[in-house]
Amino acid sequence: MQTEKINKHLVLKNATIIDPFNSTEINGDIYIKEGKINSIGKATYPSSSKIIDCTDRIVTHGFCDIHVHFREPGEEYKEDLNSGSQAAIAGGFTRVCVMPNTSPVIDSPELIRYIVNRSNECPIHIHPIGAVTKSQKGKELTEMKAMLNEGAVAFSDDGVPIENSSVLRNALSYSSMFYENIKIINHAEDLTLKNSSVMNEGIISTKLGLEGSPDITESNMVLRDLEIAKITNAHIHIPHVSAGKSVKHINSVKKDYDKVTAEVTPHHLFFSDEDLQDYNANLKVAPPIRTRDDRKILINALKDGTIDCIATDHAPHALEEKECGFNCASFGMIGLESCYGAVNKILLKENNFNVISLLKLMTTNPRKIMGFENDLFSKGKDAELVILDPKEKWKFAEKNIYSKSKNSPFIGEDLVGKVKYTIVKGLINKI
Amino acid sequence: MKNKHLIGLEGYPKQDINEIIETAFSFKEVLERPIKKVPSLQGKTIVNLFFENSTRTRISFELAEKRLSADSINFSASSSSLNKGETFKDTVKNIESMKIDAAVIRHSFPGSALMLTNYIDSVVINAGDGTHEHPTQALLDIVSLKEKFGYIKNLKIGIIGDIAHSRVALSNIYGLITLGAKVTLCGPSTLMPIKIEELGLTVNNNIDEVIEWADAINVLRIQRERMNNALIPSVREYRKLFGITQSRIEKHNSELVIMHPGPMNRWVEIDSNVADSEQAIILDQVLNGVATRMAILYLLLSGTTKKDS
Repeated sequence: MQTEKINKHLVLKNATIIDPFNSTEINGDIYIKEGKINSIGKATYPSSSKIIDCTDRIVTHGFCDIHVHFREPGEEYKEDLNSGSQAAIAGGFTRVCVMPNTSPVIDSPELIRYIVNRSNECPIHIHPIGAVTKSQKGKELTEMKAMLNEGAVAFSDDGVPIENSSVLRNALSYSSMFYENIKIINHAEDLTLKNSSVMNEGIISTKLGLEGSPDITESNMVLRDLEIAKITNAHIHIPHVSAGKSVKHINSVKKDYDKVTAEVTPHHLFFSDEDLQDYNANLKVAPPIRTRDDRKILINALKDGTIDCIATDHAPHALEEKECGFNCASFGMIGLESCYGAVNKILLKENNFNVISLLKLMTTNPRKIMGFENDLFSKGKDAELVILDPKEKWKFAEKNIYSKSKNSPFIGEDLVGKVKYTIVKGLINKI
Repeated sequence: MKNKHLIGLEGYPKQDINEIIETAFSFKEVLERPIKKVPSLQGKTIVNLFFENSTRTRISFELAEKRLSADSINFSASSSSLNKGETFKDTVKNIESMKIDAAVIRHSFPGSALMLTNYIDSVVINAGDGTHEHPTQALLDIVSLKEKFGYIKNLKIGIIGDIAHSRVALSNIYGLITLGAKVTLCGPSTLMPIKIEELGLTVNNNIDEVIEWADAINVLRIQRERMNNALIPSVREYRKLFGITQSRIEKHNSELVIMHPGPMNRWVEIDSNVADSEQAIILDQVLNGVATRMAILYLLLSGTTKKDS
């Protein structure tokens, strides 16, 4: 990766400019003056301008990932906000929301401030998600209002489901006092049904001799969470939907209740439990990779809008935490660097999505969920964009990983579509 | 032999299974001789990596190695540096760097034997990976059946008990089906792995019917801790529903051949007098275990050219 300061006059020339906010696609130039969008389409610019030739390339909004783990503070051997930023840039992400399951847990306004301050030193925009309950223990609520004032954008106990239904009800109800748009995100897995399972339950878990958990482990809790959100009139966001049955519940509740959003990961779209047959611990994740049928339902749910956006759940783990055997391996995988190539291949090439609706899933839709600025191509906005080659075929390899951790099941997979440049915070990053 | 390692019987070639059976019978003759040792694996070094406790499998492998004149070394988790925080990978890489030819591994994690093949170049033999497979046990069971009946094809075999927590069951299922036997599983529905009938077998939780139908049954051990997880209510109820009792055998199939991979819980999954009866071949299984493991070690290690897995 090469990084340089943005030139005083920068022109992205001869590009396919896709503005997912206005749903437009035009061919032309983008003139960026002193780091801000100046003109789009037919641009006039000084002859001394730095030119990036964008023939056959797409220029669009920088990607936004509302679910990542950058492990800072506490587990910097896996990732920190700087290395996580590099991984994000390599994947075309200019803006991410970091989960609070660090050490210590981000459960106070002071810790939110720490993340915001550190974010200011990083080359992308990083927003903290605060914990719903103190130390993610599922008992006492955090000081949500003070945390919002310091820059928290949502609340989640991340990988720890809020099992006590009254606590979740109170958290949702309490959160609804503040902004119209603030989200509670609950990891939906019924731990009493999950037991010590390490994958989806089915013929594959039977053949591998591994303990599996059925799809209702997720969908039961999704249904509970949706119903609790309804009686509190609060916003709920369902993370990393993995089961077809969960999609069914989200779809039916969304019909008469509009404060529900949902995300899906690239790995749940790309893989099925059949890919676990050689015990690849990089595919061990919570919620687990489910069946081919579930995968199909997830793809259709993106098409019909039941699921709103793509989020990677980028979860770095050290090699030793993955190669100790499937049972003892940590849950989670990294996902930022491989996201566009994987999603573009699955949705655009194999499932006939059109390019604007695909890009919305990684740009405007996640930004809308978090209440971020979305009209990024209007005049005067700071340049926050990516340059993509939508057709490039490549094999994802370890050398494409900028995260400190290499726990990616995409290594060795053929992907389609590659991020060429990520421009954000006054820097041009050539991938 | 087509495969370099023996990890499991899923997809294992039929002709290789048959070759192991035939070789096991030759080695069984050796075991009947006054001097029970042959020089077949002289100069080969085999490490028995037992990350999980085992008595009969470990002794059986050790004996097989000694009968073949191989040098064998034992490793057990309790005496190992794993207790000092060393990783599995470091442990096995250290052992391999001392120049070994094969590793026999027992570990509580499914997939651990396969994982070992990623870390070392030596021949790997799975001696039980958690609740996944235990191929040498299944092969010795098949050798015992062949010895008793003379054939495997179309034999009717019942596997009885805690299928879900058994590595013996899965390996037996794969091996027996490959050789054309018919398999019926019988046990509590809470201990039956999901969708297991997709492997090409029948599930029937009526023990009387299975006893009547079968030529032989393989009785699995019921562990008392299963009661703590609400999987079965009591030993009494289990015995009532699935126990291999004298009266059931007499009533439904007095010719039935009885197998058990051990260790047995007498009066729980099997009546003591059934276990000790003429129709039980439980101790033959143990002797055949040594012969079968000799056959496996010999076939995987005596080849002069290195084979790919």
